[in-house]
Amino acid sequence: MTNIIEATHLRKTYGDTVAVADVSLTVQKGEIFGIVGPNGAGKTTAVESIMGLRKPDSGTVSVLGLDPQTQAQELRQRLGIQLQEASLPDYMKVWEALDLFASFYKQTVPWEPLLAQWGLSEKRNTRFKNLSGGQKQRLFIALALLNDPEVIFLDELTTGLDPQTRRATWDVVRAIRDQGKTVILVTHFMDEAEELADRIAVIDQGKVAALDTPRVLIQGLQAGSTVRFTGRNGFDAALLKGVEGVTAVTQQAQQIIVKGDGPLLARVAAALSQHDIVPADLRVEQADLEDVFLALTGREIRS
Amino acid sequence: MQALTKMTWVEMKLKLREPVGTFFTLVFPLLLLFLFGGIYGNDPSPFLGGRGSVDNSVPGYIAMIIGTTGMIGLPIALSVYREQGILRRFRAAPITPALVLGSQVAVNLIISLVGIASLVIAGIFVYGLVLPEAPVGAFLAVVISGLSFLSIGFVLASLTPTSTAAQAVGMALFFPMMFLSGAALPQQVLPEKLVAFSQYLPLTHVVNLLQDLWYGDGWNGTALLVLLGMMVVATAVSIRTFRWE
Repeated sequence: MTNIIEATHLRKTYGDTVAVADVSLTVQKGEIFGIVGPNGAGKTTAVESIMGLRKPDSGTVSVLGLDPQTQAQELRQRLGIQLQEASLPDYMKVWEALDLFASFYKQTVPWEPLLAQWGLSEKRNTRFKNLSGGQKQRLFIALALLNDPEVIFLDELTTGLDPQTRRATWDVVRAIRDQGKTVILVTHFMDEAEELADRIAVIDQGKVAALDTPRVLIQGLQAGSTVRFTGRNGFDAALLKGVEGVTAVTQQAQQIIVKGDGPLLARVAAALSQHDIVPADLRVEQADLEDVFLALTGREIRS
Repeated sequence: MQALTKMTWVEMKLKLREPVGTFFTLVFPLLLLFLFGGIYGNDPSPFLGGRGSVDNSVPGYIAMIIGTTGMIGLPIALSVYREQGILRRFRAAPITPALVLGSQVAVNLIISLVGIASLVIAGIFVYGLVLPEAPVGAFLAVVISGLSFLSIGFVLASLTPTSTAAQAVGMALFFPMMFLSGAALPQQVLPEKLVAFSQYLPLTHVVNLLQDLWYGDGWNGTALLVLLGMMVVATAVSIRTFRWE
């Protein structure tokens, strides 16, 4: 695997505020690399230092073998960038934006199909200020794909999109990756990162708190799993306590909650069927990235 | 080059879609022409050195167009772009500050020239305005003055934190200058002390440069040097102080 991005010990401060304390990461060719963390964790500053929009106080960055500070123009020809808090002139029409940005690049894909792909064909003559939030966001995504980039940075991609467009956008992100492109996905939505990212860096307070595949991160929690089902009246919780791997059995009204490790669902199901109990709603709950974040930082991500 | 042409063309369309922004360049000078032309006509007057009121005023009105575009129009437009994150989006593409600044210079210069042309044409047809003795010189003077004031505009845009501040500072600097420099009013109506003071105002040099070329007195060396010097210094400063966000 080739490293597309290598960042080591990035640090960026604004006066007394440390936006990025110490971030090192490598991104490999063809992966979707998620950068997650709460708002204000330093994700955007770190990523904007990597793309060369900000100059880190210290640390080194190389993207596609280029220095984002000294070879910015050359590098940006090959990057697709969708930024937070960016805008276009109020009176600029959708087609004019695409046509104008196309003139900045040596190589571009035709923009009409991009408009169609992002559901903006009917808006081609609409002024930027008259677009909805979601339409603006889709226009920015189309602009980021205009130069057929090798590396695409998507910062809070689905913020402002409705749930349906959000799902469709996820499919497009996967499709971009499947074309062999590298995607850096910055998000505070843990479900989005878990769904899309091949590897994830969890950023908290300007540092990388963890970096691995979502699977490894979740397994690393050793949080075990939880099995729930509805018990009939008079269900005796004691008959599960002896089952291998079970660490706790609790009852809330008719809900039986079994916590434990290993193949818990199978063992609980086997134990129940030995007693001729076959609950219809037996289900297992796995830990997710939200739990990973909570475990790493001791805080909920949306605090 | 293709990017610069396209950017200039798009910017031109944007300017025309927001007509309020070009009022002082395209409409206001014509209003002044018809207002004072209507009152005083264009007959030779001994008070104005034997020139008619319109002949005496038009070079000043041209200076006003140049001044207002550079000191108010450009700084506001550029700081709004910065404030709204438009420059931020541009910057993520492979473009240089020179492209942004160059297209702004081009579009503002073109709109100024359109404003000046409509003023002169209206003057000729309605009031029999005399043509400049040195037409090529006058055109060059307009371009030099335009570039000089646009470069001041870039400095104002860089040094003011917000678009509101840019507007306030631009107006505070421009309006006194507009009345004292001879751009809006003939300096003949001003007391001598103010006329003497006005020699320290950049816009006075635009008026002097244009009047001398218009009335056949040739290039005003002082005015030309001041404006060129200002252009060099302000361009150097604006390149160093340009901020994308």
